[in-house]
Amino acid sequence: MFLTRKAEFSASHVCRLPGLSDEENRQLFGPGSNPSGHGHNYVLEVTVEGTPDPVTGMVVDLKHLKDIIEEAVIEPMDHRFLNFEVSPFDKVVPTTENLAAEIWRRLDSRLTGLGASLANVRLFETSDLFVDITREGSHPWSA
Amino acid sequence: MVSVTRRYPFSASHRLHSDALSDSDNVQLYGKCNNPFGHGHDYVLGVTVSGPVETETGLLVPLARLDELVETEVLRIFRFANINLDIPQFASLVPTTENIVAVITTILMDNWTAYLGRTAARLRAVRIQETPRNGFVGFVETGETSGSRSNREVVHA
Repeated sequence: MFLTRKAEFSASHVCRLPGLSDEENRQLFGPGSNPSGHGHNYVLEVTVEGTPDPVTGMVVDLKHLKDIIEEAVIEPMDHRFLNFEVSPFDKVVPTTENLAAEIWRRLDSRLTGLGASLANVRLFETSDLFVDITREGSHPWSA
Repeated sequence: MVSVTRRYPFSASHRLHSDALSDSDNVQLYGKCNNPFGHGHDYVLGVTVSGPVETETGLLVPLARLDELVETEVLRIFRFANINLDIPQFASLVPTTENIVAVITTILMDNWTAYLGRTAARLRAVRIQETPRNGFVGFVETGETSGSRSNREVVHA
Protein backbone atom coordinates (compact mmCIF):
# COMPACT_ATOMS: atom_id res chain seq x y z
CA MET A 1 0.00 0.00 0.00
CA PHE A 2 1.24 3.46 -0.86
CA LEU A 3 0.96 6.53 1.31
CA THR A 4 1.86 10.02 0.08
CA ARG A 5 2.72 13.02 2.19
CA LYS A 6 3.02 16.47 0.66
CA ALA A 7 5.26 19.34 1.71
CA GLU A 8 6.27 22.69 0.27
CA PHE A 9 9.35 24.85 0.35
CA SER A 10 10.51 27.95 -1.46
CA ALA A 11 14.09 28.36 -2.58
CA SER A 12 16.23 30.08 -5.16
CA HIS A 13 18.79 28.52 -7.46
CA VAL A 14 20.73 29.03 -10.63
CA CYS A 15 21.44 26.35 -13.23
CA ARG A 16 24.66 26.97 -15.10
CA LEU A 17 27.99 25.29 -15.73
CA PRO A 18 31.14 27.35 -15.15
CA GLY A 19 32.82 25.80 -18.20
CA LEU A 20 30.16 27.06 -20.60
CA SER A 21 29.56 30.51 -22.06
CA ASP A 22 26.47 32.54 -21.18
CA GLU A 23 24.91 31.60 -24.50
CA GLU A 24 25.67 27.88 -24.09
CA ASN A 25 24.23 27.97 -20.58
CA ARG A 26 21.11 29.69 -21.87
CA GLN A 27 20.66 27.07 -24.56
CA LEU A 28 21.07 24.23 -22.08
CA PHE A 29 19.21 25.55 -19.05
CA GLY A 30 17.06 28.32 -20.53
CA PRO A 31 16.24 31.42 -18.47
CA GLY A 32 17.16 29.44 -15.33
CA SER A 33 20.80 30.09 -16.18
CA ASN A 34 20.57 33.75 -15.15
CA PRO A 35 23.65 34.05 -12.87
CA SER A 36 21.78 36.13 -10.29
CA GLY A 37 19.44 33.25 -9.58
CA HIS A 38 15.66 32.95 -9.37
CA GLY A 39 13.19 31.09 -7.16
CA HIS A 40 10.42 28.52 -7.07
CA ASN A 41 7.71 27.32 -4.74
CA TYR A 42 8.71 23.67 -4.80
CA VAL A 43 6.08 21.06 -3.95
CA LEU A 44 7.32 17.72 -2.69
CA GLU A 45 5.29 14.52 -2.62
CA VAL A 46 6.88 11.70 -0.65
CA THR A 47 5.38 8.25 -1.19
CA VAL A 48 6.20 5.34 1.09
CA GLU A 49 5.23 1.72 0.58
CA GLY A 50 4.35 -0.72 3.33
CA THR A 51 1.72 -2.91 4.92
CA PRO A 52 -0.66 -1.39 7.46
CA ASP A 53 0.27 -2.44 10.98
CA PRO A 54 -2.38 -4.91 12.23
CA VAL A 55 -2.73 -3.05 15.54
CA THR A 56 -2.52 0.63 14.51
CA GLY A 57 -3.90 0.27 10.99
CA MET A 58 -1.16 2.60 9.77
CA VAL A 59 1.45 2.10 7.05
CA VAL A 60 3.65 4.59 8.83
CA ASP A 61 3.33 7.04 11.68
CA LEU A 62 2.39 10.20 9.74
CA LYS A 63 3.76 12.53 12.38
CA HIS A 64 7.08 10.70 12.25
CA LEU A 65 7.14 10.95 8.44
CA LYS A 66 6.26 14.64 8.60
CA ASP A 67 9.06 15.28 11.11
CA ILE A 68 11.59 13.46 8.91
CA ILE A 69 10.60 15.52 5.83
CA GLU A 70 10.76 18.68 7.91
CA GLU A 71 14.18 17.92 9.37
CA ALA A 72 15.79 16.47 6.21
CA VAL A 73 14.35 18.78 3.54
CA ILE A 74 12.21 21.70 4.62
CA GLU A 75 14.32 23.09 7.43
CA PRO A 76 17.60 23.05 5.47
CA MET A 77 16.13 24.12 2.08
CA ASP A 78 13.20 26.47 2.73
CA HIS A 79 14.01 30.10 1.94
CA ARG A 80 17.59 29.24 0.97
CA PHE A 81 19.70 29.86 -2.11
CA LEU A 82 20.44 26.24 -2.97
CA ASN A 83 23.75 26.84 -4.77
CA PHE A 84 25.24 28.73 -1.81
CA GLU A 85 23.57 27.21 1.21
CA VAL A 86 22.64 23.57 0.59
CA SER A 87 25.15 20.79 0.01
CA PRO A 88 26.02 19.40 -2.57
CA PHE A 89 24.72 22.21 -4.78
CA ASP A 90 27.92 24.20 -4.39
CA LYS A 91 29.36 21.55 -6.75
CA VAL A 92 26.30 19.99 -8.40
CA VAL A 93 23.85 21.87 -10.65
CA PRO A 94 20.53 22.15 -8.75
CA THR A 95 18.32 20.99 -11.60
CA THR A 96 14.98 19.50 -10.55
CA GLU A 97 16.47 16.08 -11.34
CA ASN A 98 19.44 16.60 -9.03
CA LEU A 99 17.35 18.21 -6.31
CA ALA A 100 14.89 15.30 -6.34
CA ALA A 101 17.82 12.86 -6.16
CA GLU A 102 19.30 14.69 -3.16
CA ILE A 103 15.91 14.67 -1.43
CA TRP A 104 15.65 10.93 -2.13
CA ARG A 105 19.08 10.36 -0.53
CA ARG A 106 18.22 12.39 2.54
CA LEU A 107 14.85 10.68 3.06
CA ASP A 108 15.85 7.13 2.18
CA SER A 109 18.52 6.88 4.87
CA ARG A 110 16.22 8.32 7.53
CA LEU A 111 13.22 6.14 6.65
CA THR A 112 14.90 2.80 7.35
CA GLY A 113 13.42 1.25 10.46
CA LEU A 114 10.06 2.98 10.11
CA GLY A 115 8.38 -0.15 8.76
CA ALA A 116 7.75 1.43 5.38
CA SER A 117 10.18 2.10 2.57
CA LEU A 118 10.54 5.09 0.31
CA ALA A 119 8.78 4.29 -2.99
CA ASN A 120 8.63 7.60 -4.85
CA VAL A 121 9.78 11.16 -4.58
CA ARG A 122 7.93 13.63 -6.77
CA LEU A 123 9.23 17.16 -6.88
CA PHE A 124 7.31 19.93 -8.64
CA GLU A 125 9.47 22.86 -9.66
CA THR A 126 6.36 24.51 -11.12
CA SER A 127 2.85 23.14 -11.55
CA ASP A 128 3.79 22.21 -15.13
CA LEU A 129 7.14 20.52 -14.45
CA PHE A 130 7.93 17.72 -12.07
CA VAL A 131 10.43 14.92 -11.57
CA ASP A 132 9.68 11.47 -10.17
CA ILE A 133 12.25 9.18 -8.65
CA THR A 134 10.77 5.73 -8.30
CA ARG A 135 12.25 2.72 -6.54
CA GLU A 136 12.88 -0.11 -9.00
CA GLY A 137 9.99 -2.56 -8.88
CA SER A 138 7.67 -0.05 -7.27
CA HIS A 139 4.87 1.52 -9.28
CA PRO A 140 3.03 4.26 -7.42
CA TRP A 141 2.76 6.33 -10.59
CA SER A 142 -0.36 8.41 -10.73
CA ALA A 143 0.57 11.56 -12.71
CA MET B 1 13.98 5.20 -12.24
CA VAL B 2 13.97 8.92 -12.80
CA SER B 3 11.33 10.61 -14.92
CA VAL B 4 10.52 14.18 -15.85
CA THR B 5 6.95 15.22 -16.58
CA ARG B 6 6.03 18.36 -18.43
CA ARG B 7 2.43 19.59 -18.68
CA TYR B 8 1.17 21.47 -21.73
CA PRO B 9 -2.34 22.98 -21.77
CA PHE B 10 -4.25 23.35 -25.02
CA SER B 11 -7.88 24.06 -25.88
CA ALA B 12 -9.72 22.24 -28.65
CA SER B 13 -13.14 21.01 -29.65
CA HIS B 14 -14.35 17.58 -30.69
CA ARG B 15 -17.40 15.45 -31.27
CA LEU B 16 -17.66 11.80 -30.33
CA HIS B 17 -19.42 9.99 -33.14
CA SER B 18 -18.74 6.63 -34.72
CA ASP B 19 -19.77 6.09 -38.34
CA ALA B 20 -20.02 2.40 -37.53
CA LEU B 21 -23.01 3.03 -35.27
CA SER B 22 -26.52 4.30 -35.93
CA ASP B 23 -27.41 7.85 -34.89
CA SER B 24 -29.48 6.60 -31.97
CA ASP B 25 -26.71 4.23 -30.85
CA ASN B 26 -24.24 7.14 -31.00
CA VAL B 27 -26.50 9.24 -28.79
CA GLN B 28 -26.91 6.37 -26.37
CA LEU B 29 -23.17 5.66 -26.21
CA TYR B 30 -21.65 9.12 -26.23
CA GLY B 31 -24.53 11.14 -24.75
CA LYS B 32 -23.86 14.88 -24.70
CA CYS B 33 -20.50 14.30 -26.39
CA ASN B 34 -22.38 13.31 -29.56
CA ASN B 35 -23.85 16.82 -30.01
CA PRO B 36 -23.56 17.39 -33.80
CA PHE B 37 -22.02 20.82 -33.31
CA GLY B 38 -19.26 19.49 -31.11
CA HIS B 39 -17.97 20.95 -27.84
CA GLY B 40 -14.62 21.90 -26.37
CA HIS B 41 -12.24 21.29 -23.50
CA ASP B 42 -9.19 22.83 -21.91
CA TYR B 43 -7.02 19.76 -22.26
CA VAL B 44 -3.75 19.30 -20.41
CA LEU B 45 -1.18 17.10 -22.10
CA GLY B 46 1.38 15.49 -19.80
CA VAL B 47 4.56 14.12 -21.35
CA THR B 48 6.70 11.89 -19.13
CA VAL B 49 10.27 11.12 -20.13
CA SER B 50 12.53 8.67 -18.32
CA GLY B 51 16.20 7.83 -18.56
CA PRO B 52 19.56 8.50 -16.96
CA VAL B 53 20.41 11.94 -15.58
CA GLU B 54 23.53 13.26 -17.29
CA THR B 55 26.17 13.71 -14.58
CA GLU B 56 27.63 16.99 -15.79
CA THR B 57 24.45 18.88 -16.59
CA GLY B 58 22.09 17.26 -14.08
CA LEU B 59 19.52 16.99 -16.86
CA LEU B 60 17.54 13.98 -18.01
CA VAL B 61 16.24 15.73 -21.08
CA PRO B 62 16.92 19.22 -22.46
CA LEU B 63 13.54 20.83 -21.81
CA ALA B 64 13.93 23.36 -24.61
CA ARG B 65 14.16 20.51 -27.14
CA LEU B 66 11.23 18.65 -25.63
CA ASP B 67 9.18 21.86 -25.63
CA GLU B 68 10.09 22.45 -29.28
CA LEU B 69 9.01 18.94 -30.23
CA VAL B 70 5.68 19.21 -28.41
CA GLU B 71 5.01 22.76 -29.59
CA THR B 72 5.83 22.12 -33.25
CA GLU B 73 4.43 18.65 -33.77
CA VAL B 74 1.52 18.57 -31.32
CA LEU B 75 0.38 21.89 -29.89
CA ARG B 76 0.45 23.83 -33.15
CA ILE B 77 -1.84 21.18 -34.61
CA PHE B 78 -4.16 20.65 -31.66
CA ARG B 79 -4.37 24.16 -30.19
CA PHE B 80 -7.75 25.78 -30.98
CA ALA B 81 -8.49 23.03 -33.47
CA ASN B 82 -11.68 21.17 -34.16
CA ILE B 83 -10.06 17.77 -33.72
CA ASN B 84 -12.53 15.94 -35.98
CA LEU B 85 -12.29 18.42 -38.85
CA ASP B 86 -8.78 19.86 -38.63
CA ILE B 87 -6.56 16.91 -37.73
CA PRO B 88 -6.20 14.28 -40.46
CA GLN B 89 -5.60 11.38 -38.07
CA PHE B 90 -9.16 11.83 -36.81
CA ALA B 91 -10.85 11.91 -40.22
CA SER B 92 -12.24 8.46 -39.46
CA LEU B 93 -11.05 7.96 -35.88
CA VAL B 94 -13.31 8.95 -32.98
CA PRO B 95 -11.48 11.63 -30.96
CA THR B 96 -11.99 10.06 -27.57
CA THR B 97 -9.31 11.01 -25.10
CA GLU B 98 -8.00 7.43 -25.38
CA ASN B 99 -7.48 7.91 -29.13
CA ILE B 100 -5.95 11.37 -28.64
CA VAL B 101 -3.42 9.82 -26.24
CA ALA B 102 -2.55 7.17 -28.84
CA VAL B 103 -2.24 9.64 -31.74
CA ILE B 104 -0.05 12.06 -29.75
CA THR B 105 2.11 9.16 -28.56
CA THR B 106 2.68 8.12 -32.18
CA ILE B 107 3.53 11.71 -33.20
CA LEU B 108 6.03 12.05 -30.36
CA MET B 109 7.67 8.69 -31.04
CA ASP B 110 7.95 9.36 -34.78
CA ASN B 111 9.65 12.73 -34.21
CA TRP B 112 11.67 11.86 -31.10
CA THR B 113 15.10 11.53 -32.65
CA ALA B 114 14.62 14.48 -35.02
CA TYR B 115 14.20 16.87 -32.08
CA LEU B 116 16.13 15.20 -29.27
CA GLY B 117 18.96 13.70 -31.29
CA ARG B 118 20.97 10.83 -29.87
CA THR B 119 19.59 10.62 -26.37
CA ALA B 120 18.99 7.91 -23.81
CA ALA B 121 15.83 9.74 -22.73
CA ARG B 122 12.75 7.72 -23.62
CA LEU B 123 9.09 8.64 -23.86
CA ARG B 124 7.59 6.91 -20.84
CA ALA B 125 3.99 8.06 -20.70
CA VAL B 126 1.48 10.38 -22.32
CA ARG B 127 -1.39 11.69 -20.26
CA ILE B 128 -4.34 13.78 -21.33
CA GLN B 129 -6.49 15.48 -18.78
CA GLU B 130 -9.74 16.22 -20.61
CA THR B 131 -11.28 17.98 -17.63
CA PRO B 132 -9.99 18.27 -14.07
CA ARG B 133 -12.06 15.17 -13.26
CA ASN B 134 -11.28 13.08 -16.28
CA GLY B 135 -7.86 11.95 -17.46
CA PHE B 136 -6.25 9.10 -19.40
CA VAL B 137 -2.68 7.89 -19.39
CA GLY B 138 -0.87 5.62 -21.82
CA PHE B 139 2.40 4.01 -20.81
CA VAL B 140 4.89 3.44 -23.57
CA GLU B 141 6.76 0.18 -23.35
CA THR B 142 9.83 0.54 -25.46
CA GLY B 143 12.99 -1.42 -25.99
CA GLU B 144 16.33 0.31 -26.06
CA THR B 145 15.62 2.88 -28.73
CA SER B 146 12.89 5.45 -28.55
CA GLY B 147 11.31 6.31 -31.84
CA SER B 148 11.77 2.90 -33.35
CA ARG B 149 8.66 2.08 -35.31
CA SER B 150 8.48 -1.43 -33.93
CA ASN B 151 7.80 0.01 -30.49
CA ARG B 152 5.34 2.72 -31.21
CA GLU B 153 2.13 0.72 -31.29
CA VAL B 154 2.56 -0.59 -27.77
CA VAL B 155 0.48 1.71 -25.68
CA HIS B 156 -1.53 0.64 -22.68
CA ALA B 157 -4.19 3.13 -21.72
